[in-house]
Amino acid sequence: MAVTYIDAIRDAQERALAENPKVFLYGQDIGKFGGAFKATKGLQEQWPDRVIDAPISEDAMIGMAVGAAIEGMRPIIEMQFADFSSVAFNQIVNQAATHYYRTGIPVPIVVRLPSGGTPGSGPFHSQSMESIYAHYPGTVVVTPATVADAHSMLLQAVDLDDPVIYCEHKFLYRWLKSDNFEGDNLPIGKARITRSGKHATVVTYSAMVHEAVRAAEILYKEGGWEIEVVDLRSVKPLDIDTVVASVARTGRILALGEAFPWGGVTSEVVSRVCAEGFHLLDAPPMRLNAKDTPVPYHPKLWAMHRPTPESICEALRNLLAY
Amino acid sequence: MTEQTISTPNKDLSKELSKEHARDVFRAMLRARVLEIKLSNLYKAGKIVGGVYIGKGQEAVSASLGACLTWNKDVFAPLIRDQAGRTAFGEDPLDATRTYLGSAKGPMRGRDGNLHRGRPAEGLLAMISHLGAAVAQVGGVLLAKRIKGELDGCVGATCVGDGATSTGAFHEGLNFIAVERLPMVVIIADNQFAYSTPNDRQYACDDLIDRAKGYGLEGHSVDGTDMLECATVIGNAVAKARSGGGPQLIVAKLLRLSGHGEHDDGSYVATELQEGRYGRDCNDVGKQQLIEKGWLTELEYSKWMLEFNAEAQEAVAVAQREDGPNPYKEEWSAIASPSLKGLQ
Ligand SMILES: Cc1ncc(C[n+]2csc(CCOP(=O)(O)OP(=O)(O)O)c2C)c(N)n1
Ligand SMILES: [Mg+2]
Repeated sequence: MAVTYIDAIRDAQERALAENPKVFLYGQDIGKFGGAFKATKGLQEQWPDRVIDAPISEDAMIGMAVGAAIEGMRPIIEMQFADFSSVAFNQIVNQAATHYYRTGIPVPIVVRLPSGGTPGSGPFHSQSMESIYAHYPGTVVVTPATVADAHSMLLQAVDLDDPVIYCEHKFLYRWLKSDNFEGDNLPIGKARITRSGKHATVVTYSAMVHEAVRAAEILYKEGGWEIEVVDLRSVKPLDIDTVVASVARTGRILALGEAFPWGGVTSEVVSRVCAEGFHLLDAPPMRLNAKDTPVPYHPKLWAMHRPTPESICEALRNLLAY
Repeated sequence: MTEQTISTPNKDLSKELSKEHARDVFRAMLRARVLEIKLSNLYKAGKIVGGVYIGKGQEAVSASLGACLTWNKDVFAPLIRDQAGRTAFGEDPLDATRTYLGSAKGPMRGRDGNLHRGRPAEGLLAMISHLGAAVAQVGGVLLAKRIKGELDGCVGATCVGDGATSTGAFHEGLNFIAVERLPMVVIIADNQFAYSTPNDRQYACDDLIDRAKGYGLEGHSVDGTDMLECATVIGNAVAKARSGGGPQLIVAKLLRLSGHGEHDDGSYVATELQEGRYGRDCNDVGKQQLIEKGWLTELEYSKWMLEFNAEAQEAVAVAQREDGPNPYKEEWSAIASPSLKGLQ
């Protein structure tokens, strides 16, 4: 029986609750209702004291989690949408992220951010916020792209001693399926070569991994181009060694992301590749991101706002032609 | 009338409701209901992408507010259950259908959708999703009017749900408008649920109106299912804010008579609540009240229904004929300064 990406998130939380009495879940509508996306369905029935409905108070939700973590617990907080985590920004970056550095007492919380665009979701239910949180010292930011990673990385996140921002892509929730949750259990901090190739490297993460693979298939059919796709998996820490090793093989890199274009993960990748592997490059490194506007509502605008297999192919053709 | 003035009772609040005003409120309630039924059907037929959120059961509260506000003079920040308030305020139903159906001719040009629409230049603010954020924004418009010397006779208003009262933004906003003593009316439509979350997981005071005193606001409670009571209490609160009486907080008790959105069947709402005091439909109550007062006849009602159905039908048809935005012709810039357009 096939399982989905959202099933993986639900199952990992179920397992974390079962295996570790320090784990508890907190978020809006996550109890009896099972969450806006059903990621906690049935969990409150099993653990009524450890699956708790929150009021619409994102700031207090993270503030609470920090306090509970100081007291030795390992809370998993569900934001109803990543976009609403902006309300908790202060608690995440100033309270959670600085605590260990300042006091030596770790804050092992996991903040689940239902991220990324889906058609018709509009500017406030579509954001990709990984770069914002990655900017702050003291955070770990993960962006699983597969069912197995969604599962294993959530369990690993719970075990880490730092605040982990777990960016789960809404577009993958029900669309992405697998036979089971099993995978290679690669640790957080390690990238994976999703598809190997020799002519150019696409470095990406989250839902864009699948778009990159589609683009790679198109280009293979089109001209026999072999595009390597590197899935960062965690954007902080960022596994630059795997990226540079790939560039050493291909000589060309496209950094691809769904977030806004100013700064962010793709900039970080390109700047590190330039700094650490400039001599390996046969072409100027390229970036492809969403456009520099809020995420538009209309499906036609949305489809052009974010990178698509077509726009990725176009970028890669330019990269290959250089 | 069970109007309850929490802080200083004021004579202004017992003003009589006129027949014309009551009929205006009711017409807006009906127009909104008819339009939202159409939108819901379109959503269920797969014609609307994203979500549809309706204000079924909250029309009396919302229309009572909107009907007291003047387009192009006052400022109104509706939220997701305020189609009736928008209609009463003066929003064209085409703005709704065009935004829901993604017409490029709508006020949001396909860039934003569904309820995230407005005409800020005319006093109708365009909500963001983040709950509570509008309170201070309306306050800011009013403060600016004060600085410009244009505040006289103006009022600002916004509505939130019980859930939104738990946000920091709501708290900060209320405190700010109270400190500035702005002419503003904030309505809490306490419909007993925030998505699936019941009130006992949302707040722990007996009644949200208890908070009015803490902020230094004048508070009024109202039965949100009773149209005449809503029109009177809300109308008088708006009049009071407008005439220098300071910011007013109204808590309307009611029940959400739909799911959270049209994707949600709301099956978690207990039958006892649906059959209880606030489970009645304010539109039925309003019709009954007007007929009993001799302010409306069945014949007129039927005529209005025909009129509003035709209006909604036409608004849908027009929007459906129009093209969506052309992504190739978009300027793809969120920057307003001409000298910086397109720069990143
Ligand atoms: C800051 C913030 N957090 C979460 C949400 C997601 N959300 C949208 S509506 C809603 C429930 C709102 O309940 P309430 O304020 O009572 O209004 P109602 O829907 O009952 O009219 C939630 C949780 C949001 N919009 N903003
Ligand atoms: Mg509510």
